[in-house]
Amino acid sequence: MMEKELLQKSIHEIAPKLKNREISAHELARFQIERIESLDSKLGAYLHICKEKALTQAKAIDEKIAKGNYTGPLMGIPLGPKDIYLTEGIPTTCASKILEGYVPPYNSTVIQKLLESGMVIVGKINMDEFAMGSSNENSAYKQVKNPWNLDCVPGGSSGGSAAAVSADLCFASLGTDTGGSIRQPASLCSIVGLKPTYGRVSRYGVIAFASSLDQMGPMTKDVEDCALLMNAIAGYDARDSTSIDMSIPDYTSFLRKPVKGLKIGMPREYFAEGIHPSVRDAVQKAVASLEKMGAIVSEVSLPNTEYACAVYYILAPAEASSNLARFDGVRYGLRAKATTLHELYENTKTQGFGPEVKRRIMLGTYVLSAGYYDAYYLKAQKARTLIRNDFLEVFKKVDVLATPTAPTTAFKLGEKTSDPVCMYLSDICTIPVNLAGLPGMSLPCGFDDKNLPIGLQLIGKPFDEGTLFTVAHAYEQAHSWHLKKPSL
Amino acid sequence: MITLKEVEKIAHLSKLSLSESEKQKFVVELGNILGFVEKLDQLDLKNVAATSHAVEVTNVFREDKIVNTNVKEKALAMAPEAEGDFFRVPKVL
Repeated sequence: MMEKELLQKSIHEIAPKLKNREISAHELARFQIERIESLDSKLGAYLHICKEKALTQAKAIDEKIAKGNYTGPLMGIPLGPKDIYLTEGIPTTCASKILEGYVPPYNSTVIQKLLESGMVIVGKINMDEFAMGSSNENSAYKQVKNPWNLDCVPGGSSGGSAAAVSADLCFASLGTDTGGSIRQPASLCSIVGLKPTYGRVSRYGVIAFASSLDQMGPMTKDVEDCALLMNAIAGYDARDSTSIDMSIPDYTSFLRKPVKGLKIGMPREYFAEGIHPSVRDAVQKAVASLEKMGAIVSEVSLPNTEYACAVYYILAPAEASSNLARFDGVRYGLRAKATTLHELYENTKTQGFGPEVKRRIMLGTYVLSAGYYDAYYLKAQKARTLIRNDFLEVFKKVDVLATPTAPTTAFKLGEKTSDPVCMYLSDICTIPVNLAGLPGMSLPCGFDDKNLPIGLQLIGKPFDEGTLFTVAHAYEQAHSWHLKKPSL
Repeated sequence: MITLKEVEKIAHLSKLSLSESEKQKFVVELGNILGFVEKLDQLDLKNVAATSHAVEVTNVFREDKIVNTNVKEKALAMAPEAEGDFFRVPKVL
């Protein structure tokens, strides 16, 4: 079989070949790295490739398989985590100059779990600096391009992850999602991305942006692969104080289940003005197709949706300004020249942070500063309650919500960089889900007339990722959008 | 919306040093963002409780037990400047 065809396969397709030793983990890692080396100069998805480490790790896995110790479908599968996950012995920069050269002394819980499942880390993936952005144009190192059109953005902040998975530069990635950073790029690059319920997956060892919103999740080629990664990463972690101690189901058990009788709500606010007609049409068609399979579709309303972006752009920068205070040049990362401690802090932050990060630190510091707390932060937290209640109310009537993931398909590089507010509105369909802490998944549901991908977002009840897998898998298997590949 | 003086104060609190043109840019950009979030004034929030976390969680305490994390050397190895068991910084005052 051609190397390219092997690399185009999903995890669940390639896993039996590794198990039966038709292909070795070492060969697969080598093919994967060769493809990255030959194609990534076009895409800019990788910040770091760890060839030697990956090949050594793959060899050890082959030895285990040869001895009959095959432990599961993730064994020997190449993984490219977003560069926000701490990886022991492998550089982690968060796409920021302030962490250039930083090599973490420990792994994030999620990375540790995937390594124990036998996944092979082939490199670390580009992103918006500190996960702040919707286009990946805020990386301090290089721009990521959309594999479907190299003049377009891949989305953000996990834009490198979406581009890499879509272009078969890894079998799966891990993203992070604070306001849509897994789902929006998944939509723009035609892959599957899941933001689990807040508290479902450990945040330990993942560089924090806005701690009450951040959630870690898989970005994969199809829905079944997404379930396989969730099986490995979900669960309680004593090292994350907001991690929830609940039993974890086998997520693959939700695949291949009928959607007949499931109640799907279409919130009218997500199909209103501001959503491009081609996106709206594709999503409506997707829901109609689920209706044909026996789902019961109804229109519902989330009346406070229009306030979500404003709430988010108070809460997220406020929490970020506090979280990013730790990057001060004392213990790790960049240290600027200085003669006093105050100068050390100021020079390090000024030289180390990029423009969008500074903008959010400034905004967050302002809304938290003396005299403004009630007018901004507290008000936003109260409005957050209304948005959350809207969801809890509709989930008394329906099992799952279907919406567009992003208001448009991929936009041109540079198109929105001069207008922060316009850029922030790229996340209008995904932000409310973070504010309410709900699970949300994006999966491919078609292409516009420029052959740019469109994503369907499914939103579930708290801790009900299972229903998302049932609906997403049924739709995916009926349409096979996920099998379409960009030409590179 | 936001004055130059406020931008300077916030930059100081944020420990960021800004050029004159950056300050001017922040006056406009932060002003626009603050104008955008003013939308929340349309809401009646008098009797609404604040949500600090989407999932109701309570504080977690664990036993005050010494565990060996064994990262001291690795952590100090990543320091820009270290001396003995300490991170070294320029004079504080």
